[in-house]
Amino acid sequence: MKGQIRYEHVTIRYPGSDRNAVDDVSFECGSGELVVLLGPSGCGKSTLLRTVNRLVPLDAGHVFVDGADVTQRDAVELRRSIGYVIQAIGLFPHMTVAQNVAVVPSLLGWDRQAIARRVDDLLRLVGLDPDSYRTRRPSQLSGGEAQRIGVARAIAARPHALLMDEPFGAVDAVVRSALQRELVRIVAELETTTLFVTHDVDEAFRLADRIVVMRAGRLEQVAQPHELFEHPATAYVAEIVHAGDDVFRRYFLHGRELLRGGSQ
Amino acid sequence: MNYILNHPLRVAALAAGHLELVAVALVVALAIALPLGLFAARHPRIAPWLLGTLGAIYTIPSLALLAVLVRWVGLGFAPIFVALVVYAQFMLTRNIVAGIAGVDQAQVDAARGLGMSPTQVLLRVEFPQALPVMIGGVRIAAIAMIAIATLGGYVGGVGLGVLIFNGLTLHQPQMIVAGSLAASALSIVVDMLLRLGERRAATP
Repeated sequence: MKGQIRYEHVTIRYPGSDRNAVDDVSFECGSGELVVLLGPSGCGKSTLLRTVNRLVPLDAGHVFVDGADVTQRDAVELRRSIGYVIQAIGLFPHMTVAQNVAVVPSLLGWDRQAIARRVDDLLRLVGLDPDSYRTRRPSQLSGGEAQRIGVARAIAARPHALLMDEPFGAVDAVVRSALQRELVRIVAELETTTLFVTHDVDEAFRLADRIVVMRAGRLEQVAQPHELFEHPATAYVAEIVHAGDDVFRRYFLHGRELLRGGSQ
Repeated sequence: MNYILNHPLRVAALAAGHLELVAVALVVALAIALPLGLFAARHPRIAPWLLGTLGAIYTIPSLALLAVLVRWVGLGFAPIFVALVVYAQFMLTRNIVAGIAGVDQAQVDAARGLGMSPTQVLLRVEFPQALPVMIGGVRIAAIAMIAIATLGGYVGGVGLGVLIFNGLTLHQPQMIVAGSLAASALSIVVDMLLRLGERRAATP
């Protein structure tokens, strides 16, 4: 049950809109699983993500985290128990890197020494030397470094679930693939359930245990990457998995099967 | 200049009274503008109306406003004090709204998503970053208030305006110059101090 996220018939309509931003969506994200929400911009994937930490209210349906209906929990306390990373990063420029990383532990009232130790561990975990980064300001970081800090901040209080909204969308391709590799490593190490939003098909294929394909607020298909390839449920799914250079995706999937001992 | 050299204590006493009037009015004005500004920053639909109203009040000529206030609250400290508080509202509130609106929305989204309560978002994220702009508002308001406060000499016998208006009635240009120079010097010093505060708030 740890970190498990479950959507049941979730529907959201923004005020003044004539269609549902999210329309009767149900699926489950198992404990420790990395699930990617994939779809074009405006398909409702970010909206769906932001229901988990109650940044977006539901109009119908339920969202469960750790088996508990999120609307039954205090929003602030719920959010502190869930990691949250966004594309724009949103580091606080008036705080040091260490203070940024320590935001949630200090909100939770951890003692000073525990926080300092945790900050150093996290900086090492995201591949940055604590001694040279601890006291820096966000303005002194590159885009890639800043998002590493964004990830460290999100997982600082050891959340069971992690929400990532196009976290690597604003960094260049080389940095992005490094960050993707490290995310896979970190998430596997921490066994954190991760919901990851992207419109980048290759990114989805690299990261996902399972992919949720969305279009215009509806689910098109929920499946493992190779299943999307071999048995696309709709014409739209077939179109996006083959869009662009799908040779890479075939090659990549093949490599992943080998790595996992072909157990899929 | 001569007058200042010949009557340094009198000028200093009036300058102190002037500064006290502005300082007390500024504190009271801030106590009103802060909740007003925070409310407007949280209600973007109401903000233009509120700022528009305050801006309209700001355009009322100060002598006209004082004439009305004297009828209501009599002569003395009260009318100029009320006038200063009223005039400061526009500058203070506008900069509080602008300061908070200028905070990157991504930071607010991240702060909420990480589990800060609305008060924590305000105090830990929005307020520290809006502070330089807010102090800028205080600076502009303080300078305008020092200028407007000279009218206190006319309606209440307080502040450096006393020198200016007495000089006018007694045909003593030296007194007028002394009052004006002292008021200008106050403005310059207050401006410099608050600029320093602004800069310090901007670089933590």
